[in-house]
Amino acid sequence: MTEAAQEAFSGTGGPGTARPQGGTFSGRAHDKLHDAKVQRAMRNFNLAAARSRAMAELPELEDIRTAAAAIRDTALADLDVWLERFETEATRRGVKVHWAETHADVNRIVAAIAREAGVRKVIKSKSMVSEESHLNAALEAEGLEVVETDLGEYIIQLAGETPSHIIAPAIHKTREDVADLFHQHHGTPRKTGIPELTMEARAVLRGHFLSGDMGISGGNFLVAETGSVVLVTNEGNGRMVSTMPRVHVAITGIEKVIPTLEDVACVLRVLTRSATGQSISNYVTLATGPKGAGDADGPEEMHVVLVDAGRSTVLGSDMREALRCIRCGACMNHCPVYQNIGGHAYGWVYPGPIGSVLTPSYIGLENAVDLPNAATLCNQCGVVCPVRIPLPDLMRKLREKQVEAGLRPRWERAGLRVWSWFAQRPALYALATRLAARVGRLLGGKRRAIGRLPGGGWTGERDFPAPQGRTFRELYARRPR
Amino acid sequence: MAHPPLRVGLFVTCLVDLMRPRIGFAALKLLKGAGCEVVVPEGQTCCGQPAYNSGDRRAAQALARKMVREFESCEHVVVPSGSCSGMIRAHYPELLAEFPEERAALDRVVARTRELTDFLVNVAGLTTVPGQFAGTVTYHDSCSGLREMGVKSQPRALLAGVRGLTLKEMATPEYCCGFGGTFAVKYGEISARIADRKCDDVAATQADAVVLGDLGCMLNIEGRILRRGESTRVYHVAEVLAGVEDD
Repeated sequence: MTEAAQEAFSGTGGPGTARPQGGTFSGRAHDKLHDAKVQRAMRNFNLAAARSRAMAELPELEDIRTAAAAIRDTALADLDVWLERFETEATRRGVKVHWAETHADVNRIVAAIAREAGVRKVIKSKSMVSEESHLNAALEAEGLEVVETDLGEYIIQLAGETPSHIIAPAIHKTREDVADLFHQHHGTPRKTGIPELTMEARAVLRGHFLSGDMGISGGNFLVAETGSVVLVTNEGNGRMVSTMPRVHVAITGIEKVIPTLEDVACVLRVLTRSATGQSISNYVTLATGPKGAGDADGPEEMHVVLVDAGRSTVLGSDMREALRCIRCGACMNHCPVYQNIGGHAYGWVYPGPIGSVLTPSYIGLENAVDLPNAATLCNQCGVVCPVRIPLPDLMRKLREKQVEAGLRPRWERAGLRVWSWFAQRPALYALATRLAARVGRLLGGKRRAIGRLPGGGWTGERDFPAPQGRTFRELYARRPR
Repeated sequence: MAHPPLRVGLFVTCLVDLMRPRIGFAALKLLKGAGCEVVVPEGQTCCGQPAYNSGDRRAAQALARKMVREFESCEHVVVPSGSCSGMIRAHYPELLAEFPEERAALDRVVARTRELTDFLVNVAGLTTVPGQFAGTVTYHDSCSGLREMGVKSQPRALLAGVRGLTLKEMATPEYCCGFGGTFAVKYGEISARIADRKCDDVAATQADAVVLGDLGCMLNIEGRILRRGESTRVYHVAEVLAGVEDD
């Protein structure tokens, strides 16, 4: 197990530990299913409805999805070429480009930039990539103050938690939770009105924006032809983080490169609609180099940290389509599993269907055995994905890899082997099913329902409807002719 | 009749065979009523989906090849399940790609496989059904039927012909019931919670029965309804269309 994976799954607290809970997937899911606040928050969560309204306004939606997927595939097919083009163009415009092969490299590079620039306070806009390496904890260990400025990220930073959704990080929190946190951390009278709470956060964050020495952002896209970093945000904090401090560091995965500005325009059409149901987000920032001669605003230094940390391995595998992902969150917004258990149960940075594919790909199949299996394969995710990632197919491939690697439990492998042995032998299968139909009918009794089965997986909170008592094949063989 | 009868091979599916043979006979009755000549290949067992979705590719291939062999001579293959017909149509080509010598038979079976209601409406042109149902039903769209086989309007069109029946749509008929094959056992708690949302949705319609086209969803939704202590009945669409809801 890698160190990052160990940290992610240890759940013991302390610096570098990203997860609020350790244990197993099923254990975490159980806790979330019985956490009334999380359940209330998840019931109120409905970005899926917003998406469907926005998509109804786009008659050529399916064609745009196809075009967006093709743009992402073009970028991935020659990723090295586009990344070098990006580096050349960005460098030409005064950006310092850094290559981080591992999560440890990310933290080391950003800490070195901060040290050299004499930074004391870091303000951040949303970056899921920085969650992968536990960057905040690493910078705090260097003695830096780190403040999250995205409202949701700010809330969970106060709570000492991690994002439970990639674009709505505090979606598991209720208004009451936020009221308590603000009261406790700001020392202000407790208030529960959403506008009042937002204004309070705005007032507190304003001071941080003015006093931050270094701004860290993610990057939704890297534009190869211009060397720009594209930030897609709603609160405006991304623009402040990337322009107000002396130093701006954008951290993003190597897969985020897109050839041209025109390509960005196409992908943006489905990104914001898929994410929040907006035709366009409130802010779309193209950060192209530091402040130039004659510019009124901008950072003195601009850095871009390009993160591999497992991506190049995925690129060369049959999981490549997962790298098309533009992080809209639609797959989790539409996932019946995610909607019921929330993001923390998934155990690492990316929850929901895309997380169930990326997590085992990045931190190892053996470190996320549950994730590809914890899905009904209903394919609602695949249907809404703006870049047509075949998420259920990828999860199924991971299941096959688990079987090949001997990672499935012995009872499951034995059960499948026995069942498939019988199913390939119709005469024996007929006998076995006749017996099962009769036994099941007897167990069902008058209610015609079985209340308890071995293992309890099915019957914990459900009955098992009893079989009719005879198999189709035996009744058909005896039918009147 | 001017046209020769359609010759159909009925793939009963393993769950209908074991759990509710009535559904298989209902399918037979509907197909015969639509003027089809129906054969039921004798040695059929399972399409292989449980193995396929559990990552046991080799077992899935063995069962898929068996199914193809048993149905390759049928002019039409009809399946009273969106999920099993979806397995054949959407996944067999990928699953059996490494057996090029069996490709011709595979292509034939894949191209000829239809979900029952889709076949009845779009191939057999069935317009009248024998079923009668005094009450209100709501229809659950199973995931594979809907998203792999395009089954949406077909069962509703046929249900509209059942005398006495009123269809009242639930708020989110396309929302997964939480079954997911072995998922329902491996992650039973999550599965049952998703099923609970479906049951809430069904209950809000105050329908007498929820009707659907897949045994997996049926066992899951009925199992949760029984545990909730509700009296809403759960029927396969073929049972209601054929008028054989009870034994």
